[in-house]
Amino acid sequence: MAPINTAKITFLSRSSNEAFARGAVAAFVSQLDPTVAELSDIKTAVSEAVTNCTVHAYPDAVGKIELTVALYEQDKLVITVADKGVGIPDVEQAMQPMFTTGRPDERAGLGFAVMQSFMDQLKVRSHPGKGTRVTMTKYIRRR
Amino acid sequence: MAATTTFYGAGGVLTAALGGEIDHHTAACLRTQIDEEIARRMPQTLILDFSGVGFMDSSGIGLILSRCKRMQAIGGQLRVRGTSPQIDRVLALAGIQVEKQEENNYGSH
Repeated sequence: MAPINTAKITFLSRSSNEAFARGAVAAFVSQLDPTVAELSDIKTAVSEAVTNCTVHAYPDAVGKIELTVALYEQDKLVITVADKGVGIPDVEQAMQPMFTTGRPDERAGLGFAVMQSFMDQLKVRSHPGKGTRVTMTKYIRRR
Repeated sequence: MAATTTFYGAGGVLTAALGGEIDHHTAACLRTQIDEEIARRMPQTLILDFSGVGFMDSSGIGLILSRCKRMQAIGGQLRVRGTSPQIDRVLALAGIQVEKQEENNYGSH
């Protein structure tokens, strides 16, 4: 099924782009007239997905992150965050709450837990050495 | 959007009034500023005031938990207050519940 509206942005995996990604998605989603809570849930989930890329995807290098937002019938919003980085060897393990390959004194390991909780569906596809694609879906209930 | 912190203290209580958005990018700087102030003042209580924080993701949880460990290491305690509903949602995922009172306590997880 083709989306009613869609946008794609590509940016470098610099942490300063985490706020940019949140703002861009919020601007797109505003056309759906979401509630304050829905908007903040979406922004938080996007922040987590993009942060996973900036922290993990390209160790010691800067690579590209591709973010797509798509609106379908019945207010279905699909957000995809993809990279061509190192990939995740064990996706199930990575998605366990509190699991992190980052510095444990700094990273809480809750990124996927937030995405799972704040969005209605979460799908993660990854191939070590090739990259990772995170797809999140949320059904916006209009006010 | 950068995150800011303003410190004020009285009688062994150090308050860090945070502002802006707390994410992975802004947390690093906040971490350093807070740790430097803790080392300088050695407070008994550190209060993280989120009243001026418009957004926080799970990077903020890492910030809170590691500041809590740092305070415990010097025999002190951490308190959190002024959180918005969005921040409470994120904290709840880590099992942290902020009591909405005059003085909010950092709950256990």
